[in-house]
Amino acid sequence: MIAFDYIRPADETAALQAATERPGARFIAGGTNLLDLMKLGIERPRHLVDIGALDLREVTETPGGGLRIGALVTNAALAAHPLVRQRYPVLSQAILAGASGQLRNKATTAGNLLQRTRCYFFYDPASPCNKREPGAGCSAIGGFNRIMAILGTSAHCIASHPSDMAVAMRVLDARVETRLPDGQTGSHTLEALYRLPGETPHVDHRLAPGELITAVVLPPPPARQQSYRKVRDRASYAFALVSVAAVVSVEEERITEAALAFGGVGPMPWRNREAEALLVGQAPSAALFERCADVVLAEANGHGGNDFKVPLLRRTLVSCLTKLTGAEP
Amino acid sequence: MMDASVKMDAPFEHSLLDESPMPTIGREIARIDGPRKVSGAARYAAEHFPEEVLHGVLLRAPVGCGRISLVDATAALAMPGVLAVIRDERMIRNAGDFGGDAAPVQGVEEVAYFGQPIGLVVADSLERARAASLCVRVSFESQPGVFDMMAARDSALPPTDDIFGLFLIHTEQGDVERAAGEAQALVDTVWETPSQNHAAMEPHASVAIWKEGRLTLHGSYQSPVVTRDQLATVMGLPPSQIRVLSPFVGGGFGGKLGVMPEAVAAAIAAQQLGRPVKVVMTRQQVFETTGRRPMTRQRIRLGANSDGRLTLVQHETITDQLEGEVFFEPAGLATHLLYAGENRVVDHKVVRTNKQLAVSMRAPGEAVGLLTLECAMDELAEALSLDPIELRLRNEPKSHPEMDMPFSSRALVDCLRQGAARFGWERRNTSPGQMRDGDWLVGHGVAAAARGNLFGPSRVRATIQGDGRVVVETEMTDIGTGTYTILAQIAADLLGVPLKQVEVRLGDTDDPRSAGSGGSWGATTSGSALYAACAELRARLAAAAGACVDAVTLTDGILTAPGISRPITELVGNGLSVEGATEPGESNRRFNQTSYGAHFCEVRVNAVTGEVRVSRWTSVFAAGRILNLQTAISQAIGGVVFGIGGALTEELVHDPRTGKIVNRDLGEYHVPAHADIPAIDIQFLEERDLVANPLHAKGVGELGVCGAGAAIANAVYNATGVRVRQFPITLDKLLPGLPAIAE
Repeated sequence: MIAFDYIRPADETAALQAATERPGARFIAGGTNLLDLMKLGIERPRHLVDIGALDLREVTETPGGGLRIGALVTNAALAAHPLVRQRYPVLSQAILAGASGQLRNKATTAGNLLQRTRCYFFYDPASPCNKREPGAGCSAIGGFNRIMAILGTSAHCIASHPSDMAVAMRVLDARVETRLPDGQTGSHTLEALYRLPGETPHVDHRLAPGELITAVVLPPPPARQQSYRKVRDRASYAFALVSVAAVVSVEEERITEAALAFGGVGPMPWRNREAEALLVGQAPSAALFERCADVVLAEANGHGGNDFKVPLLRRTLVSCLTKLTGAEP
Repeated sequence: MMDASVKMDAPFEHSLLDESPMPTIGREIARIDGPRKVSGAARYAAEHFPEEVLHGVLLRAPVGCGRISLVDATAALAMPGVLAVIRDERMIRNAGDFGGDAAPVQGVEEVAYFGQPIGLVVADSLERARAASLCVRVSFESQPGVFDMMAARDSALPPTDDIFGLFLIHTEQGDVERAAGEAQALVDTVWETPSQNHAAMEPHASVAIWKEGRLTLHGSYQSPVVTRDQLATVMGLPPSQIRVLSPFVGGGFGGKLGVMPEAVAAAIAAQQLGRPVKVVMTRQQVFETTGRRPMTRQRIRLGANSDGRLTLVQHETITDQLEGEVFFEPAGLATHLLYAGENRVVDHKVVRTNKQLAVSMRAPGEAVGLLTLECAMDELAEALSLDPIELRLRNEPKSHPEMDMPFSSRALVDCLRQGAARFGWERRNTSPGQMRDGDWLVGHGVAAAARGNLFGPSRVRATIQGDGRVVVETEMTDIGTGTYTILAQIAADLLGVPLKQVEVRLGDTDDPRSAGSGGSWGATTSGSALYAACAELRARLAAAAGACVDAVTLTDGILTAPGISRPITELVGNGLSVEGATEPGESNRRFNQTSYGAHFCEVRVNAVTGEVRVSRWTSVFAAGRILNLQTAISQAIGGVVFGIGGALTEELVHDPRTGKIVNRDLGEYHVPAHADIPAIDIQFLEERDLVANPLHAKGVGELGVCGAGAAIANAVYNATGVRVRQFPITLDKLLPGLPAIAE
């Protein structure tokens, strides 16, 4: 058996200490992804530090009018939280579009952010995969790649990030609060948290060894139209082929603010500031939204089986913006 | 013990089921095994924990075609708790075929497909066995394999076996080329359907226990006795030395018909190690190492006169299978008989590929054959500017169009007409792509359903105990279809006892041999054998009471006849037991027996994204007497759900580079989720088939899937004007034909 030890510290300090004392330790919360990966032999941690007993289950308002979400708040609880539903409907919608009721009851906020790709070949130890085994090769390139990414990929990996929640978090400019083994605190945007595959696709994120996510902080809610649109192969329990999280406000027939994030298309929840800037100050129109899509997709590359994601993302984006701005189609 | 037999040589004019004073048959009766299932008391194969049980994990070939040259288990054997790494010539690479007792192809050296079992790692816990299995070093010589049927289709040859005459390989009559030249409307289309997996909720599992030279196997099998006989052949034992127990099966759909590798491996390991061994397949193993519905490429050419009468019916199928295996997907099965037309060809060919075994999956033949034929009929109706129902009505044959044979009963026309009324067909969208509701394009579709009805030899023992309780025993199992319940109903009605006084014991090969649960014939064959037993018991009771059997009424445990009223407990002594049997006869040769139906659905296709959502459904079926309306509707709904999956979501993808299955879990092999399924309205028409059996019933288990996917595909065309001929109809195939976003 692949032996591992398991401890369940009572508080943050003990958890950080436990991880420091055990090089290669992995934190585990809901376990909805890590346990599957361990059973398949893909993840082989020698030490599991269960953070389930930590006091990180609160959702509180921040002095600045935002929301601090404890790392252990479950996806189900977060989606149902009254303040989330009132102020950040895009987040509630995104969470409810993901996984299944059972998984959402178990999965946590921080765990959701750090879940690993659902690339078929990553999950199959008999197939070469650079994310699993650096240098082995990528089976998705030249293979069946329906669910793979079209943006931000590299010659070494074309896997997509599977989370719906993280797409909404990214459009809301969420920051991740952490504690480091030395007791210091950290704060990262999602853009800084995740990394592109490049030549090292086995590294998903930039957290330091032993760095623990304690909360996700949302800035004050955008008083704007919000929506999350997920397109998938069946009506439930399927990862996004593409998804669009959009937050837009229109005043006096001009777009005054716009934020867009995309799921199913990149190795991380995808965002394009240039495309957002293009919208601001303009009157909503189909032509404008097409130009916005042009910018988002300027660098997009299909890999054969996922070529359809390019027109699909364009159409979904244009449709979402049309609805949110009330533009005439 | 007395025997009583029913042989179907002539129509069975008079069924005792019509005489029950307080019938349960035909009513909606909740399944009697339900409480045991929802409370966890029903024990499935993997839930047996004999003392000292060991756990086995299958080792599988890491190459799609080749030869295993080395298995180095040194490291694995050194791990704690690991007892053995077993490689044995008797281990099987393929599932057994349904019906025969022949052992499947043997051996652990030659590799014909990726994931083929090549050994078993046994340890004292599942976790230890699994970890050790990852440490076994397997070396192999790779050979070029055939992984892409479409690319290799020029190598297709006729199948070698017609499966007991059930699958016709090639039939033809008339002159199809001339008919094609003369036809006033012609549709010539090519369709592709993918491989599919049965994806039963319960994975394949076996627990093997040897005791005093006899093997007991707890397994998940649709035909315990076929599994036993095949296992006996493999193990070199007389069948009597093996007992297979399979009283509860968490879904089969054809994927658990013949013996599977896990049972053989468990039996060999338990014998060798002298301890019970449990082998439970992982979901990935179920996908890679059991069976699949093979892919097909189907050419359908239909020709008609201007009045909409078919002159040409041509259906040519290419499918794939492992070398040396006999099963093929008989996609033309229903094409032989569904519509009239003088010039006909129905043909099947097989490409030999290096993919896991192709086996029966719910309605082998019709499920994919009607999917395409009924789409082609829709295209022909459009070419003729005819309502698709009208086209079908004009081509209703009076007798079997290819054989000189009447239909035992056939209510396709009634199903179409009544379904149209129930669904509101006259209010359908008639112009493809023209009905829109916000973002959604709305369309309607119709298709016919047909599934052959079979009758086979089956035996059931019925006992009236001294206390008046009734026990029904047969080796037949219940794969979730309702067998426990309908057998209890038949016994209750025919013997005049309350339903709760009947106990049904299933899935034990020490009990009388049944025809098994597959091919939609379980209820009618085991039910008819029980009918025979109960009829004999009635005669015995009458004799004991001194009454004429024809004058006897049995109600609530009391036998009454003119001047006689006696509790049956007074007539059975210490108990009365009869074994009933069925035998196919002349009726099976002289009549075509088929269940029919018609599906109607509404779909909504997102005009932006191409997502398809089924929004409304009505199916009307005629399948003879319906024994239990609730379980029959449940079967019909399940069939329709299968059809929705086949049309829209299910595709087992083999990597053409390696032969490996890419989407080998339920996260990526998309069976429909609840959210994909609308309320499904099912109606069964009143029908009695006197030719079929004493119950006057026909099979319902597979009927629902037949044609269901075609109704969806036709509705998708109706909604969008896009005809997709490669299933499943995923959104990427619709996108290029959808309206521009700014329209």
